[in-house]
Amino acid sequence: MTATAANNLKVSQDDVEHIAQLSRLTVPASEREKFTEQFNQILNYADILEHIDTAGIQPTAHVLPVSNVFREDIVKPGSALEEVLANAPAVHNDGFKVPRVIE
Amino acid sequence: MTRYITVIGLEVHAELKTKTKAFCSCSTAFGSRPNTHVCPVCTGMPGALPVLNKQVVEFALRAALALNCRINKFNKFDRKNYFYPDLAKGYQISQFDQPICEHGYIDINVEGEEKRIGITRIHMEEDAGKLVHSGATISTSDFSAVDYNRAGVPLIEIVSEPDMRSAEEARAYMESLKAILEYTDVCDCKMQEGSLRCDANISIMPVGAKEFGTRAEIKNLNSFRALVRAIEYEVERQKEILEDGGHVVQETRTWDDVNGVTLSMRSKEEAHDYRYFPEPDLVPIQLDDAWIERVRSELPELPGARQARLVKSFGLPEYDAGQIVSSKAMADYFDAAAATAKDAKGVANWLLGDVSAFLNSENIGIEDFKVAPAHLAELVNLIKDGVLSSKLAKKVFGELLKEDASPKALVEKLGLQQVSDEGAIAALVDEAIAANPQSVADYKAGKDKAIGFLVGQIMKKSRGKANPGLVQKLLKERLQ
Ligand SMILES: [Zn+2]
Repeated sequence: MTATAANNLKVSQDDVEHIAQLSRLTVPASEREKFTEQFNQILNYADILEHIDTAGIQPTAHVLPVSNVFREDIVKPGSALEEVLANAPAVHNDGFKVPRVIE
Repeated sequence: MTRYITVIGLEVHAELKTKTKAFCSCSTAFGSRPNTHVCPVCTGMPGALPVLNKQVVEFALRAALALNCRINKFNKFDRKNYFYPDLAKGYQISQFDQPICEHGYIDINVEGEEKRIGITRIHMEEDAGKLVHSGATISTSDFSAVDYNRAGVPLIEIVSEPDMRSAEEARAYMESLKAILEYTDVCDCKMQEGSLRCDANISIMPVGAKEFGTRAEIKNLNSFRALVRAIEYEVERQKEILEDGGHVVQETRTWDDVNGVTLSMRSKEEAHDYRYFPEPDLVPIQLDDAWIERVRSELPELPGARQARLVKSFGLPEYDAGQIVSSKAMADYFDAAAATAKDAKGVANWLLGDVSAFLNSENIGIEDFKVAPAHLAELVNLIKDGVLSSKLAKKVFGELLKEDASPKALVEKLGLQQVSDEGAIAALVDEAIAANPQSVADYKAGKDKAIGFLVGQIMKKSRGKANPGLVQKLLKERLQ
């Protein structure tokens, strides 16, 4: 870890755990410190961009200079049911059977 | 006791009436076998790429203009990230900081008072799939089955300002909004099928307070009645908490229609960290004046303008005209019937009276009403021309409900013509006078009511067919 990064901790181990939880990832305690370091390195690197003068420049919503790509409203057949349900861990009444989820 | 002011804002989701989903060519048909309108895009298969349905922008723009919004010419989509089984991709494609429009309004009228309700914004997004629980409710279910047919169906979310102060205002706003979405033909507005859904943000504050109270967001409001009941319940619940010295918790609650209560959904705080970011798989949309003005020029007559027209052209009372235009199908029926009716007010009275009563009792809409508008007009004309008394007209109407036919033909078939022949009625009048000397004496002694009894006797004798106006006239002439 560089000295700059160490002085500029933007993300704590708790944040890493929170982000892992939001992403439904299990991060072992042994790796938490390593990830925290790496997150901070990345964010500190992004700091360099903060020094660029962007006054008068439109925020970039998309990297390509393209807009208005549309599709006509015409129905095409989707996938076959068997094909769709082949990805289901279990099937119930043609639906993907999932455990009870309470938000 | 402290008096409180209720503050309500509504978030309405309207499924757009496109043939295909927002970002893939799957059908949006309702009620199909589960998972038969899905493809790699709407099930979030790796590598599948979304392409925007142009009709989604058309419909959203139409709704935006009809709701008096300011259009944002630059539009992009964003990803709203969360994990729930109804969302195969792990994110919903929505619009976060740059919605298609902002700053609109709807004018509502509650008990004769006009009020403007602000619309904060409207944004485009996709619907999620449907979870069918194995038990009666989610908490009593062991598992759920997911159907992705609705996943990816385009929606607009219409967010109001917290401008409403009562359940009645919320209802009026919702009814006006529904009417506008129907008139512009962007949504079929079937609340029972979920194509129009409503969440309500409700808070209360003491009279004179400068800041709004803490709000609860109520979900699962699937009818106007549920909206009104949920608001009334929630206001009382919050009042009780404040009166007991407690404080309202900001949370999401669900409306339980069977028990008439709102229930906390106890969501974890971090469940609402959506980490929005621009959708990299979709390019921005650039609207220009030509596009916006073309859509504006194609807007149909909206409910407000239509109401004004009915008042002006047909002399309908404002309230009646408002009732008729609140449903586009009803307004269309009125216009069709009024075209051949000699008495447009008569048509309005039938629609708001007997026809509405019948529709309510059958729990159907006017679009499923079997009596042709031309036949209702004919019925109204038969009354106007003095062929049918209003009593006999109701009888004919009853027959029409059984089988739609020409009322003229029905009148002949059933022998229901009103008798307007003076000679025939005069005979009945003389008969009644002779048979009821007491009533005659009472009338002559100044008891005006006595004449009603005599008229009743004559109508009875004629089995309702005598022209009541003529009966009155002849009676009075003879009793002078
Ligand atoms: Zn699809």
